[in-house]
Amino acid sequence: MRYLPLTASDRAEMLAAVAADSIDALFSDVPEAARLSGPVDLPRAMGEIEVERLMSRMAAKNVAAGSVPFFIGGGVYRHHIPAAVDHLIQRGEFLTSYTPYQPEISQGTLQYLFEFQTQVALLTGMEVANASLYDGATACAEAVMMANRVTGRRRAVLSGGLHPHYREVCETYARFVGFEVSAEEPPGGEDPACVVDRGTSCVVVQYPDFFGEVRDYSELARICHDAGALLVVVVTEILSLGAVRPPGEMGADIFAAEGQSLGNALNFGGPHVGLFATRDRLVRQMPGRLVGQTVDAAGRRGWVLTLSTREQHIRRERATSNICTNSGLCALAFTIHLALLGEAGLTRLARLNHAAAVSLAGRLEQIPGISLLNRAFFNEFAVRLPRPAAKVVEVLVGKGVLAGVPVSRFYPKNDAVGDLLLVAATEMTTTEDMDRLEAGLREVLS
Amino acid sequence: MNDWSRAVSARQSSDASYETFTGNRGLQIEETLIFEQDSPGHCGVDLPEPAPFTSRLGGLERQGKIGLPGLSEPQVVRHFTRLSQKNYAIDAGLYPLGSCTMKHNPRLNEKLARLPGLADIHPSQPVSTVPGAFELIDTLAHWLKTLTGMPAIALSPAAGAHGELCGIMCIRAALEARGDRRVRVLVPESAHGTNPATAAACGYTVDPIPADATGRVDGAALEAKLGSDVAALMLTNPNTCGLFEREILDIAEAVHRVGAFFYCDGANFNAIVGRVRPADLAIDCMHLNLHKTFSTPHGGGGPGSGPVALSEALAPFAPLPWIVHGPEGLELVEHKTGAAEKSLGRLKGFHGQMGMFVRALAYMMSHGSDGLRQVAEDAVLNANYLRARLADDLSLSFPGPCMHEVLFDDRFLKDTGVTTLDFAKALIDDGYHPMTMYFPLIVHGALLIEPTETEGKASLDRFIAAVKALTAAARSGDTARFRAAPVHTPRRRLDETTAARKPLLRWRPEPTRRQAAE
Repeated sequence: MRYLPLTASDRAEMLAAVAADSIDALFSDVPEAARLSGPVDLPRAMGEIEVERLMSRMAAKNVAAGSVPFFIGGGVYRHHIPAAVDHLIQRGEFLTSYTPYQPEISQGTLQYLFEFQTQVALLTGMEVANASLYDGATACAEAVMMANRVTGRRRAVLSGGLHPHYREVCETYARFVGFEVSAEEPPGGEDPACVVDRGTSCVVVQYPDFFGEVRDYSELARICHDAGALLVVVVTEILSLGAVRPPGEMGADIFAAEGQSLGNALNFGGPHVGLFATRDRLVRQMPGRLVGQTVDAAGRRGWVLTLSTREQHIRRERATSNICTNSGLCALAFTIHLALLGEAGLTRLARLNHAAAVSLAGRLEQIPGISLLNRAFFNEFAVRLPRPAAKVVEVLVGKGVLAGVPVSRFYPKNDAVGDLLLVAATEMTTTEDMDRLEAGLREVLS
Repeated sequence: MNDWSRAVSARQSSDASYETFTGNRGLQIEETLIFEQDSPGHCGVDLPEPAPFTSRLGGLERQGKIGLPGLSEPQVVRHFTRLSQKNYAIDAGLYPLGSCTMKHNPRLNEKLARLPGLADIHPSQPVSTVPGAFELIDTLAHWLKTLTGMPAIALSPAAGAHGELCGIMCIRAALEARGDRRVRVLVPESAHGTNPATAAACGYTVDPIPADATGRVDGAALEAKLGSDVAALMLTNPNTCGLFEREILDIAEAVHRVGAFFYCDGANFNAIVGRVRPADLAIDCMHLNLHKTFSTPHGGGGPGSGPVALSEALAPFAPLPWIVHGPEGLELVEHKTGAAEKSLGRLKGFHGQMGMFVRALAYMMSHGSDGLRQVAEDAVLNANYLRARLADDLSLSFPGPCMHEVLFDDRFLKDTGVTTLDFAKALIDDGYHPMTMYFPLIVHGALLIEPTETEGKASLDRFIAAVKALTAAARSGDTARFRAAPVHTPRRRLDETTAARKPLLRWRPEPTRRQAAE
């Protein structure tokens, strides 16, 4: 077996050194009834050629996004990843190291996480960011639990414009962790004055929201703060912050987001990277790992994991969260991509995305029977179709176009949204792609 | 003693230890933050400017600068390459971090995870366009179910701790479904911190169980704590002392007798994969760390993946989504309807860590059922070899054979003035990542060593020689060397106290002279 360096003679020699007459002797603590006498009923070892053939066969059955006109978003976005990103994250020193518990030999990981924290803080207009969480949905649930700890209250209000998976994850955590969530009906845009009261720990809104709408939450922030509640702003398309006002400027207290759009492939939904940021005064209530700057014994600048007294490996049952692993390598991909883009590249990439969506929305609006739901949007918007969106999408699959996400995929029981289709355009979308979608829709709806 | 780096000819000059002009030391290059390398106007990507268009951002356009630095591609590549060279990694050498299973990460896995048909597919694509993705997930589930002997597997948890959360939520949901409100979860004192943190997060009171003199759960103490208000026992097996819980079947029976569930932390599954099926140990629920036993890269602390194997009784409560075998093949269940009515709901966005599923399946297929069994055997043999060869130098915490990791404590350092921390830091100077230190908490100054099956005998022999030499140095009273260590690293020991007292968690630009004057 190519991954196992011990030879048969090594094994014999080592068994003798440990005074065991067979390998079975080392498993003698296992109850006899539970010892398997031979391999389980699964295929035997395979070489690289066979494994590659089997897996490639499965991969070939899927329609890759890059092979068709592609307009799907809804929380995961197809963007170009510069070649240097994927090359650098595969350096073994990044790929095959563990959590930087030994800072003297982990400065590489610690420094890029410090850069990541700074990038996230700058991008969001928040004061402090952590070293990442699992994904946007779990970051959102962690944000609600943090708001509960900060305010000492137990009821969160979730906007109807919040991604339905994020809402569902919050509801799951609420049931078991022991707090309340009241979720508004889609498509959001609820009157903030009506949803906040003295028992509210936080209001969770999405920006741009699940339906692509870009809203100003400054007034909501004021209402929340007057009622002693926090404003949690969720972002699922982090690239939008290259174009729109950052949540920090609107008065957000906690920021939770999905960072996939920078540096990370679609990956069928994971692994991705949860972003989390807040205000300085709340940092000790923040979940997840944090990297801080310090000096070494020789007086040189260096970095360490810090404020660990919030964490499970120190506090055990009194920790702020049970999280241990974060999403280090995905955070690295994010950091490298954003380092390559810089100020000029990020804002230009955001403009390209917005321009593509503006162009596409303008075309689709002209099709008889289609109406645009949005007043303002970034790179994704919702259109109302004259028939169920899921059926239209299926017909377009037959024409080799992946047209978008039917909202009914997420809200199967809600008839009010059954004819809504989410359509995303990015820098990857070509004019020819738009031609194909427009022609397909005209044909299907005629 | 080590001799592979000894001089092969007479020294030409004496050691010179002088400060360099740059602060660099040969291949160790000092590297500033990207924010300090800003050259405005530079960009590492070439993108066209869009044709003129009318903004539809509703007046919410960003005003002012973000503050991100501009760098060209060569600057970025050089920056991250230099950073990478400041990291220890399993690719570079033995990484004996106990209970973390730092094994080789095959590059075939990386290649396959990047196939366009697996990486460039969207989780919300119409189901009809991704049958291969569901086939892969179902195949992975089949392998994991067969290896654990368990009837169901929940794949969406994002990491080990997330898997624990999933398991304890399933247990609580099952108890609530039978109208049973219980308040306590029993956790051995040797458990990972995530276990008590998880139980507490799910609203349970954590009740610790002490270890007995052999390093295993104290059966009498467990019996005494069991009662009809106990929801579950969370047991790691093999435990974090590297020992198999011999009485596990009796423990399971006692737990079940009071109507509680038996949760097993599968962090140490590498010791028994292919040789013992957890189902045969009468457990109800166990998470698996794909980034430990099944070789998906640790990536500097994630992403992980923590599928949870479930008994028949717990399976109906598993989180969504599910893939089920229907009359027309594989079907995706995303909502709480029909058979999924009891599901606890969603724990994560979309379908789980697909990229990790691909890697783990490639790893399992490469080994096959025979190779996986060999993995457990070699991992256990390697740990026992270290135990036997180091027993006279370090102080073994518990006698007898161990499983995949071996636990020592700091009695061997008594009266030397050297601590476990000093010893570990000195090991860094010898080119090794230290073992896990000060964990588990049940022995004093713990040193927990897990070599994994990745090491060959020659590698272990070199490590043993290094540890023996260090032990001799500690006993000879060379404490100054230990207290100063490490000295051959990019940084010496770092001041963690100041870092925590005055947290500096992001870069900020230096104030200009004018701002400073104001």
